[in-house]
Amino acid sequence: MSATAANHAAGDRGKAVSPSTSWTTRARAAAVRAAAVGTLPPEQLLPDSQPTYVASWIYVFGLAALAALVVIVGSGILLSLKGLAWWHYTAVGRFFNSIHLWAVELFFFTMVIHLWGKFWMAAWRGGRARVWVTGAVTFLIAIPTALTGYISQQNFDAQWISIQAKDAMNSIGVGAVFNVTNFGQMYSYHVLILPIVVLSLVLAHILLVCRHRVVPPFELDTRRASARISPKRESLRPESPRPAPVSERHPPADRAPS
Amino acid sequence: MSPTVTAAIFSLNHPAHYVHWHFFQVSVSNVVVVVVMLFVFVLAVALPFPGAARRRTARWQESP
Repeated sequence: MSATAANHAAGDRGKAVSPSTSWTTRARAAAVRAAAVGTLPPEQLLPDSQPTYVASWIYVFGLAALAALVVIVGSGILLSLKGLAWWHYTAVGRFFNSIHLWAVELFFFTMVIHLWGKFWMAAWRGGRARVWVTGAVTFLIAIPTALTGYISQQNFDAQWISIQAKDAMNSIGVGAVFNVTNFGQMYSYHVLILPIVVLSLVLAHILLVCRHRVVPPFELDTRRASARISPKRESLRPESPRPAPVSERHPPADRAPS
Repeated sequence: MSPTVTAAIFSLNHPAHYVHWHFFQVSVSNVVVVVVMLFVFVLAVALPFPGAARRRTARWQESP
């Protein structure tokens, strides 16, 4: 008996046969759940506190980029559903067209500041290479995503940009497969392929940040590294500074010494 | 703000201005955006985050 027929038969008896009752499905779900929870425990996914060095404006710009991306996706879905006549010839359509454009501008503005900050902090330290790479590649993929968007406007501006970009694409040898004067191809890239890549990378970036935590400042990283050196090895390296005991830590500037 | 007033402030009825140096060419508007980004980046690094000092003090007092 097929699954559909079994469902019909069970439905006749007032009880549906759910696919989740299959032991293979349950085992697979349990394995996936165990792997996901093992990789990223819930308390790590949504921590209720962060180290003090996370209190920095650089992370505000990362979050602002994320907020801009939400607006971009929301307005983009609306624009694609309503069509080009709507975004060109109606007041509401032009409004959402502008929302989409300026959210992109803000996305790049805030993402680049976040990227600069993380670059000068060497955010790939401590096994965080994948965190850095997903962020940097997101920026790189966002560029053709924006380009295909400018080309997909369906106006003279889009024509001008596509003709200019054509020479650039031909000069690097990809003009035959990435034809910027082909609206259908560019629109598909803009509303489907590239957004999926960008959103996947952003999701991976966020999950990796949750898994590896935020990179500590250089000073703290050095102190932790020297604390990991055993006394025997440390005695062989007299130039390496011994970490100060907790009782000898300098109090913060805003706390008067007792 | 009405479009007329905006147009009076930002007149776009002329060809774009460019900065041109050897092979490098960029519009003045893009230069302005880059300079603003650099300025905001310096502010983001230099300005203290609200409450950061208080949190550091509290964390230091909690530590054994």
